[in-house]
Amino acid sequence: MSTANLDPTLNTHSPHAAEHEEEDHRMFGFIVFLLSESVIFLSFFVGYTVYKTNITDWLPAGVEGLEVREPLINTIVLVSSSFVIYFAERFLHKENLWGFRAFWLLTMAMGSFFLYGQAVEWMGLPFGFTDGVFGGTFYLLTGFHGLHVMTGVLLQGIMLGRSFLPNNYAGGEFGVAATSLFWHFVDVIWIILFLLIYVWQ
Amino acid sequence: MSNASLDAIAAKSGQPFPGAPNNWQRFFSFSTDHKVIGIQYIVTAFVFFLIGGLLAMVMRGELITPEADLVDRTVYNALFTMHGTIMLFMWTFPVLNGLANYLVPLQIGARDMAFPRLNAAAFWLVPVFGTLLMVSFFIPGGPSQSGWWAYPPVSLQNPTGNLINGQVLWLIAVALSGVSSIMGAVNFVTTIFRMRAPGMGWFRMPAFCWTVLSAQMIQLFGLPALTAGAVMLLLDLTAGTSFFDPAKGGDPVLYQHFFWFYSHPAVYVIILPVFGFFSEIFPVYARKPLFGYKFVVVSSVVITVLSAMVWVHHMFASGTPSWMRMLFMFSTMLISVPTGVKVFAWVATVWGGKLRLDTPMLFALGGLVCFLFAGITGVMLGAVPFDIHVNNTYFVVGHFHYVIYGAAVMGVYAAIYHWFPKMTGHMYYEGLGKLHFVLTFIGVNLNFFPMHPLGLMGMPRRVASYDPEFAYWNVIASLGGFLLGVSTLPFILNMISSWILGKRAPANPWNAIGLEWMIPSPPPVENFEEIPIVVSAPYGYGSDEPLVANNPAGELINEHS
Ligand code: HEM
Ligand SMILES: [Cu+2]
Repeated sequence: MSTANLDPTLNTHSPHAAEHEEEDHRMFGFIVFLLSESVIFLSFFVGYTVYKTNITDWLPAGVEGLEVREPLINTIVLVSSSFVIYFAERFLHKENLWGFRAFWLLTMAMGSFFLYGQAVEWMGLPFGFTDGVFGGTFYLLTGFHGLHVMTGVLLQGIMLGRSFLPNNYAGGEFGVAATSLFWHFVDVIWIILFLLIYVWQ
Repeated sequence: MSNASLDAIAAKSGQPFPGAPNNWQRFFSFSTDHKVIGIQYIVTAFVFFLIGGLLAMVMRGELITPEADLVDRTVYNALFTMHGTIMLFMWTFPVLNGLANYLVPLQIGARDMAFPRLNAAAFWLVPVFGTLLMVSFFIPGGPSQSGWWAYPPVSLQNPTGNLINGQVLWLIAVALSGVSSIMGAVNFVTTIFRMRAPGMGWFRMPAFCWTVLSAQMIQLFGLPALTAGAVMLLLDLTAGTSFFDPAKGGDPVLYQHFFWFYSHPAVYVIILPVFGFFSEIFPVYARKPLFGYKFVVVSSVVITVLSAMVWVHHMFASGTPSWMRMLFMFSTMLISVPTGVKVFAWVATVWGGKLRLDTPMLFALGGLVCFLFAGITGVMLGAVPFDIHVNNTYFVVGHFHYVIYGAAVMGVYAAIYHWFPKMTGHMYYEGLGKLHFVLTFIGVNLNFFPMHPLGLMGMPRRVASYDPEFAYWNVIASLGGFLLGVSTLPFILNMISSWILGKRAPANPWNAIGLEWMIPSPPPVENFEEIPIVVSAPYGYGSDEPLVANNPAGELINEHS
């Protein structure tokens, strides 16, 4: 039996390495989770497509279609916020904490604007959740996505608060990276959703 | 290994072992040790197994005579719904998650799962949604009566008019079970990808870990579809939407797609880990290397991929267009190829070996026999013309019980006996184990074989009463069912008494090869004194090649490894 050809540095586990390991694995686990989560959205998208192509009187009586202008503004804001959050992360990596906070806060503002815009849109719509399959799927998709935006803003708030704790974010950290990844994810989902619901009418 | 040295390790690790006699309270507390969580899962699952079994006994009691005299039609509907739901969501998934929880970190040489707290949270959801499900027995209108697949429009009926009814509780419980399973799947996948001991490349990983990885991949990518369908059904039921309500323009067949897109692959979530047990157990008791190890592990992956492409075979009779039926018939039959590879490998492993017929081996062999039988009836069912003929007859019930009871339950029993000494530090009683096996094997065949002739004769499933011409086989099936009920008694007796009184187990009672057998029984809190460095593939029976380059238990344990 020979151990000479084995890299001795491989075996670095110390009895109390468990906590560090958990840190390392988080991002991997989070990505796996997001992949799984995207199947839920995918299922809703498939459902929407099946209904839309199969149902003849798709729109509820008296509804002409959806207004695109406001959702488009919303889309532009949300998509741009993905760039803003990217810069926030860059600042953090350069250990410019105030730059990070400024851009991070801007992301939060843009996310909140999106939610506000969606609330205004919902309020003005001439159909409700229970108005046929169209009403159901519309609110299901936009609502489920909105819930994710809300979660994202909430997470961003927590990370912002934590950045004021002493010694936090010394060299970038998992919470920030994961929140930002989540934000990009929510963004991509919205683009598909926008194309599906508003563009393909 | 002597008690003295066990105590020495216990003293050193600062905490008594899980399973140490004075320490049963640990199993009722919030622990993040994967070994405690594993046993918590297994015990919880068996509590529900008994409840689900009791419901089955009532069904078989009803079916022993042609008339619906024991319970009425609606109660019978509730019985098979809850029986199926409990067995699938409260027994199979938890028990397999429990065994995987216990074994995977040990087999890959890790100190715990990647996310110990997430692991505990996923477990504690099980009693929560289990209780939720049980509550439905006591509310007005009783539990759901729409079967475990909950097809609309039946599942959309709400005769009591209450917002909280059996169907709503059922949906919430199933959705929570999905959340728990996804949490578990994230954990398993991360653990297996990231925490293997140095030197353990993919083709040095035990076959069981491969099957867990495959099964958990199905959970990750299949379950969300079911969850989406369950959420939409819940909204239809409570919030007035009409996704699946044909009366209001909805599409009930879309629900079937959501449901089977997950629930067909889900049968592989059940059976793959059982294949894993077979692959672990046969080499040990036949004293031979696992035949074609690489083919065995690759076939798990192939099955996983194929399993996502066959779901429509459950909808041959749901107005599916012909071309689609043909397509899915072929993909269904294709699955028998990788499965056949595995069966061939097991037979070749056992063939000509010096067989040791201890209880785990008996259960594994019995399970394999039942699986072969189920495989034949399964290919028959995959053929569209035959399926159209026997769809919704007892033939189907016979087929899947051979899979689930014959192969899965027996495979789980095999695993529990095999790893019992490792988990508890005590040996089980061999005599009781053999008695348990004999009763189970006879019971399974008496109970589930008659269902095939019944199905061919045309007896429909999900009925509380039937034509007297079916009486003969039904009496036999019922007697077999009661025998199965009785068969759990020696098992429970064995588990409890030998855990308390059984002989002390050595580290490696079966002379098996694998990382888990190199550490004391039961393993200390962080499993390995020193993380092992793996230098060869598993299953090297008869070869001199060592499995690891260092001894993971330090100098404490040598005599049995
Ligand atoms: C003592 C052992 C068992 C007996 C006597 C038994 C008996 C039955 C009976 C009579 C039915 C109703 C069939 C029908 O009307 O279509 C049934 C359904 C079912 N059983 Fe079992 N069973 C046993 C064990 C199991 C186990 C261990 C599992 C799974 C782990 C299981 C899973 C199911 C499922 C999924 C259904 C379908 C339920 C539904 O129609 O919604 N059974 N069983
Ligand atoms: Cu299937």
